[in-house]
Amino acid sequence: MHIVVCIKQVPDSAQIRIHPVTNTIMRQGVPAIINPFDLFSLEEALRIKDRTGAKVTVLTMGPPMAEASLRKALSFGADAAVLLTDRKFAGSDTLATSYALTSAIKKLHEEDPVDLVFCGKQTVDGDTAQVGPGIATRLGLQQLTYISRIEDVDVEARTITVHRRSEGGVQVLKTALPCMITMLEGTNTIRFGTMDDLFRAARTPLRQWGKDDCVEDETKVGLKGSPTVVSKVFVPKPKAEKAKIIEGDSPAALAAAAIDTIFAAQPKLAAELLAR
Amino acid sequence: MSDKPQGRRFQLPEHLKAYQGVWVIVEQERGQAHSVSWELVGEARKLADKLGTDVGAVVLGADSPDIARICGEAFGYGADVVYKVTDPVLADYRTEPYARVMTDVVNAHKPEIVLLGATTLGRDLAGAIATTLQTGLTADCTELDIYAENRSLAATRPTFGGTLLCTIQTLAFRPQMATVRPRVMAMPDRDESRLGRIVEIAPNLSEDDVATKVLRFIPDSAQNEAQLAFADIIVAAGKGLGKPENLGLVWDLAKVLGAEVGVTRPLVQAGWATFDRQVGQTGKTVRPKLYIAAGISGAIQHRVGMEKADLILAINTDPNAPIFDFAHHAIVGDALQVLPALTEAFAQRLRVNRLAS
Repeated sequence: MHIVVCIKQVPDSAQIRIHPVTNTIMRQGVPAIINPFDLFSLEEALRIKDRTGAKVTVLTMGPPMAEASLRKALSFGADAAVLLTDRKFAGSDTLATSYALTSAIKKLHEEDPVDLVFCGKQTVDGDTAQVGPGIATRLGLQQLTYISRIEDVDVEARTITVHRRSEGGVQVLKTALPCMITMLEGTNTIRFGTMDDLFRAARTPLRQWGKDDCVEDETKVGLKGSPTVVSKVFVPKPKAEKAKIIEGDSPAALAAAAIDTIFAAQPKLAAELLAR
Repeated sequence: MSDKPQGRRFQLPEHLKAYQGVWVIVEQERGQAHSVSWELVGEARKLADKLGTDVGAVVLGADSPDIARICGEAFGYGADVVYKVTDPVLADYRTEPYARVMTDVVNAHKPEIVLLGATTLGRDLAGAIATTLQTGLTADCTELDIYAENRSLAATRPTFGGTLLCTIQTLAFRPQMATVRPRVMAMPDRDESRLGRIVEIAPNLSEDDVATKVLRFIPDSAQNEAQLAFADIIVAAGKGLGKPENLGLVWDLAKVLGAEVGVTRPLVQAGWATFDRQVGQTGKTVRPKLYIAAGISGAIQHRVGMEKADLILAINTDPNAPIFDFAHHAIVGDALQVLPALTEAFAQRLRVNRLAS
């Protein structure tokens, strides 16, 4: 069994600041992390490895510095890592990104057939949740997004049973391998790697592929392969004013004033509350 | 970073001019349409009026009186044409048959814009369709507009966790696709007398061609899980409450208001509450009518999950807490004292009103 986990190195959004004068992002010194959503998928892949002895390959597309994220993933217990990096990939939107990642997965598949592809539910910087479905569609994999639980993986029968979050409930789905899975957040906690894993992570050679190593049609990657264009980037209008302070000399007075304020601002909500 | 939208100069190639109309894929599950679909029909109406074209609503499912009712609702909210796509295989949502059918219907009828709700269904389906159609898809838009110069959709969305906004266009490809989260767009008024044209489509699917089977459906009501996404009122707690016992004060207020209880990520990590109550970047995005934040400092990860609330009342001892930068109203004070006072005062007002009526 061979599992590919796609991860992305992202800036830690908690640390991003906007320059107060120029209104641009201050990227300097913002630490890079593995997209937090990817860790739920990586942990689930590692759990399947624990049960079945599967091989786990982590794959990322990004600049050379993304190697750090792959090393981190190896230290959690992944077996192999591939860095897809090329100047020609720069400016890829989700369609072009899924094409490039699909090209790399196809190459991995030729070496060792791939049964499962995991992706993060979405990234914290792009927030689109589109790359996973893009890969599944391109590879003809069964698409299982927002999975809260993997109930069963039957390696012999090549089936998988999962719980999928949908509006108003959970769908229990059974399907055939190969498939693409994105895990819901909070479904597990990424393990601490063992000392052995840490040493192995440092020693494992990373494979680095550029467009010439796996991409068939280079018009489908980078800016050229991206149907969307960003026509404008701007800072949201800061709220005109800070919160209005509710005055009162005791908790009871504050509470009464707060309720008056709420009811005055939201008359419809007040009417609904009072009608209950 | 230029402020000038370069896309306006672009002229659409001749072969793409055949694409006309603004579509919404109506999210229908178990006989109910998701409210986000009607919010989007309202938005599609505005876009179509600017373009001088029709609003199309696509309703998919197994044929039933519910589907017929939902088609009628689509007209009421502003659709001109309803594409009613029915087949027993479409009874439950599954990516494979839904994506296949939607791709065919789009290719046959050529809409210029296709909108979906950014729900688990909408995002799953949109990502699959856009890949097959090889077109652009913009996720989680907060504003949609038309550049009249070349009829293109200008889809604005937050990026970098909400610190920036960007406007995205799909210039040389059709349809232009976008998803929008529930409660971002206003619900349109419904006109029950509005009628339109129904286009019936029978795709003739075979269950044998679909690998994924639905074994069962577990409704949330049977699971005891918090339903923050649809709550009208949320009372939320942060580290400022000090110790887990004090969370009871939040529950007390929530009970009086019929509200849900939300928490910040540190509280979930400390084991005070379960993950289904976490609001923020890695938790739920909520848009209640009223959000009462008690002892929450207002870190960006929490902010992006709740700043769209209609009214935010924040209680914090620190007058410089970041939450006061985006809350509407502030109580600078100790939540441990203010919460019980609010509970008592709300209970009294609601009780008095009940006696009076």
